Amino acid sequence: MLIFVVSILSGIISGMGIGGGTILIPALIILFNISQQIAQGVNLISFIPTAAVAVITHIRNKNILLKLSVLLICGGLFGAVLGSILASSISSPVLRKLFGIFLFIMGIYEIISKKKK
Amino acid sequence: MRKNAAAIKIIAIGVLAGFFNGLFGSGGGTILVPAMVSLLGVDQQKAHATAISVILPLSIVSSLIYFRNDFADWNLSINVIFGSTIGGYIGAKILNRFSANALRKIFGISMIIAAFRMVF
Repeated sequence: MLIFVVSILSGIISGMGIGGGTILIPALIILFNISQQIAQGVNLISFIPTAAVAVITHIRNKNILLKLSVLLICGGLFGAVLGSILASSISSPVLRKLFGIFLFIMGIYEIISKKKK
Repeated sequence: MRKNAAAIKIIAIGVLAGFFNGLFGSGGGTILVPAMVSLLGVDQQKAHATAISVILPLSIVSSLIYFRNDFADWNLSINVIFGSTIGGYIGAKILNRFSANALRKIFGISMIIAAFRMVF
């Protein structure tokens, strides 16, 4: 039941184009005591149908900039292969720490950029 | 010339977003949305929608690599899929009703909370 509530919440955030994994991954690790890589894998896999539903809705609402999307995907696929191979080759505690630092920097950035506006 | 430079910039943003999304299994949107808004001058709501369309194929590729390395928990994934698909639909529906500022606020707060949970 708890996993369902957590999933719905993270799904809502994902559907809004915000990384739902930022909530889902720490929640999965705390609730199910799984490795960082497994939690990340769950987030990646579960994001696929969630994103597909969101993309269809966004296409209907004409919110997607297609040309920009294609170019970003071109570069993104290359980066995705590199990042995923690296994640698979480092230890879970190290990856978890890196993940925490990454989230912290991103959170700080978000607060700073909000003040600028 | 100018068009090429812009294309290179966009592709570079894509590489970075793809790399971190693969490394951390999330966060592609965290990079893409601010990059599109501040570097490319894209409207906040369009940036959010475009980010999802980009991260979808990237997550498929990353999932395949995680799966090949035995980092896939199907049981847990299916449970999460049920909840997050419903949530994803709700999120996409309410996206057009939110102001850019409200989105940013929700975004920032959720990031900070998650970061603290991971560090401590």
